[in-house]
Amino acid sequence: MLKYSAVAAMSDIAAATRRIPLVGILGWQDVRQRYRRSALGPFWLTISMGVMIATIGIVFGSLFNSPMKEFLPFLASGIILWGFISTVINEGCVSFIASDAIIKQLPIPLFVHVLRMTWRNAIILGHNLLILPIVFIAVGKPIHPIIFVSVMGFALMLANLLWVALILGVACARFRDLAQMVGSILQVVFYLTPIMWLPHNLPAKVSIYLLDLNPAYHLLEIVRAPLLGHAPSAMNWTMAGAFAVIGWTAALFFYGYFRRRIAYWL
Amino acid sequence: MALIEFENATVEFAIYNATGRSLKKQLFQIATGGQIGSDERGRVVVRALENLTFSLHDGDRVGLLGHNGAGKSTLLRMLSGVYEPSSGRARIQGKVGSLIDISLGIDHEATGRENIYTRGALLGISRSNMKKHIDEIIEFSELGGFIDMPLRTYSTGMHLRLVFAVSTILRPEILLMDEWLSVGDEGFKHRAEARLAGMVEATRILVLASHSRELIMKTCNRVIWLEHGKIRMMGDPRTVTDAYFGAAPSELHAA
Repeated sequence: MLKYSAVAAMSDIAAATRRIPLVGILGWQDVRQRYRRSALGPFWLTISMGVMIATIGIVFGSLFNSPMKEFLPFLASGIILWGFISTVINEGCVSFIASDAIIKQLPIPLFVHVLRMTWRNAIILGHNLLILPIVFIAVGKPIHPIIFVSVMGFALMLANLLWVALILGVACARFRDLAQMVGSILQVVFYLTPIMWLPHNLPAKVSIYLLDLNPAYHLLEIVRAPLLGHAPSAMNWTMAGAFAVIGWTAALFFYGYFRRRIAYWL
Repeated sequence: MALIEFENATVEFAIYNATGRSLKKQLFQIATGGQIGSDERGRVVVRALENLTFSLHDGDRVGLLGHNGAGKSTLLRMLSGVYEPSSGRARIQGKVGSLIDISLGIDHEATGRENIYTRGALLGISRSNMKKHIDEIIEFSELGGFIDMPLRTYSTGMHLRLVFAVSTILRPEILLMDEWLSVGDEGFKHRAEARLAGMVEATRILVLASHSRELIMKTCNRVIWLEHGKIRMMGDPRTVTDAYFGAAPSELHAA
């Protein structure tokens, strides 16, 4: 039975990848729908994020006494990536609920809705990334060729986010309170993860808990570290890889087992 | 070859926010809807369809009769593959197409042309395949220059003509309909009628839910009458419609 459900999950996901054009259209439609008839479109998000980064940068930078050249690029890349991570997880909770009209009418592989949500946020991330070169130029930080490693890191981060979103999407379709809980947890994780504060500001004793045992830190680090010009640690890679393998195994069984109930729960 | 085989197929919804059964609900159940009960764990469940057993083959034109809440829409959804039976078996062989809610996925801020591709993608028609049909769709829907205008500028008629034209390019083996689609003014109506008839003609199995006796008599060669989620009667159109609607007026005269 369990073996069967993993196979069912994989065939749904395989069928979803054959519907990539649909994912593309719906994802773009979501972005455009939000910003149609506004002259700047999604760049409004970019602007507000840029303003936020500048403000936090000035306040916290002087609070922690960190040099701007180090702190501002760290903060900017952290906040932009965290924005993507937290929105994907938050919206992952409602990816099935929000698509209930389609789910109840057309037999489209359900993973399409998770991909659509992720694609929409990837588009927004693409807009926000424009802040980075501006920050780098502003503080005069050179770009290191290791930056290309961040593409690999992003792929691994994405693999992790997809299974998290998939499991949460199924669970939240059944237990509607869960989405609120996830939102609060993400809020806490944001403060526990080095995004607004530098990791080396931390006393060594605490850093085991907030860094080594913090999955969000590893996921963030495999993309952020190469962006900032240094390689992620072996531990970052191992942990992120292990999360992906363990998470996807669990997600396949979980999704396969409950997939056919989702339409019933909506 | 298309084939639909149901064996004791049941659709049961567990209702998680209903705290229990009240007298009002019990009374309500007599009036309409599926059956409300509870499962072995004491949850409230609505049995929308119960133990349906039937099989449909090539050439079957099936009419679904039944009051609101009898389970017609649920059955159509199960046929489309949206619901898998919670118990029993439902085997559906053949490509299923549906003319239910043909406006699904329409974006009012997007242009007609964009919406054609979106609708197509939802129905599983690739962009390149859609390109072959697009001129035909534009011509059939008589939209002219409006095709590149946002849909919010369309009149209701224009909107309907567009979604109708897109949805009817499909040639599914199993076609599901909820009432006959009727769109537009007199002139367009005839062309739409012909196009729809062509689509129905080409399909191997048609399942049509309707409240209209004439439509069922005209279109179908089998009828299933659903009541409270169960098959009340299944057979040829004359017998079942007579039982459902009462004897036809013409026969009353003859008697």
